[in-house]
Amino acid sequence: MISPVGSVLQDEAEDFDEPGAGASWLKYAGKKAGGALISLVMVIILGFFAFKILPGDPVATMAREHQMSAAQMAQLRAQYGLDKPLIVQFWNYLVNVFTGQFGESYVYHQSVSSLIGQYFWPTILLTGTSAVIAIALGLWLGQKAAWRHGSLFDKITSGTSLVFWSVPTFWLGLLLLLIFGGTLQWFPTGGMVSPGGDSTWFGTVMDVVSHLVLPVTTMVAVVYAQYVMVMRASLLEEMNADYLTTARAKGLREDLVRRKHAVPNALLPTVTLVFMHIGGLISGAVTVETVFSWPGLGKLTYEALSGPDLPLLQGTFVVFSAIIIIMNLIADLIYRQLDPRVRRA
Amino acid sequence: MSTTASTSQAPTASQLAWRRRRASAAKTWADFRAQPGGMVGLIVLIVIILIAAFAPLLAPASMLDVTHVLNQPRFAQPSFAHLLGTDAQGRELWARMVWGARSSLIVGFAATAMSMIIGTVIGMAAGHFTGFVGGLLMRIVDFFLVLPSLILAIVLSSVLSRGLLTIVIAIGVTSWAGTARVVRAQTLTIESRGYIERARALGAGHWHIIGRHIFPAVMPLVLANTTLTVGSAIISESTLAFLGLGDPSSQSWGTILKNAMDVSAATSGYWWFILAPGLAILFVVLAFTLVGRAVETITNPTLRSR
Repeated sequence: MISPVGSVLQDEAEDFDEPGAGASWLKYAGKKAGGALISLVMVIILGFFAFKILPGDPVATMAREHQMSAAQMAQLRAQYGLDKPLIVQFWNYLVNVFTGQFGESYVYHQSVSSLIGQYFWPTILLTGTSAVIAIALGLWLGQKAAWRHGSLFDKITSGTSLVFWSVPTFWLGLLLLLIFGGTLQWFPTGGMVSPGGDSTWFGTVMDVVSHLVLPVTTMVAVVYAQYVMVMRASLLEEMNADYLTTARAKGLREDLVRRKHAVPNALLPTVTLVFMHIGGLISGAVTVETVFSWPGLGKLTYEALSGPDLPLLQGTFVVFSAIIIIMNLIADLIYRQLDPRVRRA
Repeated sequence: MSTTASTSQAPTASQLAWRRRRASAAKTWADFRAQPGGMVGLIVLIVIILIAAFAPLLAPASMLDVTHVLNQPRFAQPSFAHLLGTDAQGRELWARMVWGARSSLIVGFAATAMSMIIGTVIGMAAGHFTGFVGGLLMRIVDFFLVLPSLILAIVLSSVLSRGLLTIVIAIGVTSWAGTARVVRAQTLTIESRGYIERARALGAGHWHIIGRHIFPAVMPLVLANTTLTVGSAIISESTLAFLGLGDPSSQSWGTILKNAMDVSAATSGYWWFILAPGLAILFVVLAFTLVGRAVETITNPTLRSR
């Protein structure tokens, strides 16, 4: 889900932890890692209680989808340990999480962790590729638009970003699938590899790439727009700064003023926000993978939903959250590395 | 008293306050009208709100009943007889779209209201109370900020019973953290002003300071945020509906797209099935974004020059 970038950005820039003058790298990293660890523990606790405290009964929900007798329901409850007291269930859950098990899937009859392991890398491939392209494209367009703000280029860039910002990811996916998959048949319509395809190394890579094009385009289109707006807004914040006047007064070329002075400063808040929006990227993966039948965690989540396969849903929730928390930790550390005020200290 | 006669002629404090409020409302409206993007967005929104409000008149509810359309063609292309084409059961797509506008707007506004209330209360509290309480609240805000809100919303709506209220809760509970952060930052700036210190010196309690000073001061910011949030709440609603977590008893643009995917409309060439609901979502969200940005420009003078 998108947050209103303009306003968050300003807040973020002011609110971000000011690096203390004497604080050492280790102390800072330790503090951030501690925060991430607390978040991780909270996710694990939430991952249990969100499924328990709410007035829903998983077995009753399953019975709604499939016909079941009362005896069968009782047996299912016993099988998944749902008849035990809450505290015992919680203990079992904790043991499961820390041994990396997450219990057994209701639908696949496999351990959730092995399922997640199987579906993990395709998601990383898809979101990683999309993130790299979207960040590069977004930052480049954003800084160009801000530097020439008010120009036709700026208007077109901002306009397109606004439109893509307002598009639901899955719809763009369906649209691309309709045009390039269904009608033009340029690209495969789903999956990651063609069945019985080329078995050579090069052939496999090309096959995967051709399967990647449409889902990656979808994710990039929706995500880059946010980066354009963030980068544009934060460079505009810097536009009237005194140090740019100084740089120009020194006789620096306009191009150098932008690349060496303005952009590095504008990058600071942007990097933080880019990483904070990794959550949005992951959310996008759920629907994009569903639309393109990409064999990743998002598709797994969708299948867990239609079960409903609660242990699997629990597992994907914890894994997704963990990925995002780690990404944010990395963002905090990179921020520290990028900030010239800190580097010099 | 000799002064009573003259003061009874002069406006009372509340009259003065109302006069000032009217003047500032008029000025805000004039500022808003000066922004073409915002005006276009507002007009689009009014049209869609009217369509949603008069849905039963435009498209009688019987048009949505699958038992009433048995002799209608399935997957009919858009034509004069079937304006936007028909779906897999032969129902008119435009009728489903008109009713879908209702759930989109209802969920959009209700979820936003919920998210704004939670975000404002927690944000003000986190900014006002220093020390342990403030720190703890901020920890919670940060936690919800990094959490993948769609995933959490999916979890919530899959364990709660299906319905519009569930979707509202799922979106509202997962989308307030951004607001809380902005409100907290604003609260901190206001708290450092002289008049808060004066109020405190005069013996004002927490309730008084938050209710009478901080709340009015953060309101413009919250309102500007609201319009933008409605747009993303509508996208979230359609996403949840698309994933099959929608309210089974009501129409939604996301549900139409889910039906389209279930019959693999993209590869079967039922383009109207995909195009219409998506464009509807796009226009509504774009309209809210345009209005939101216009409001933000008015409330935040530093943005005005852009």
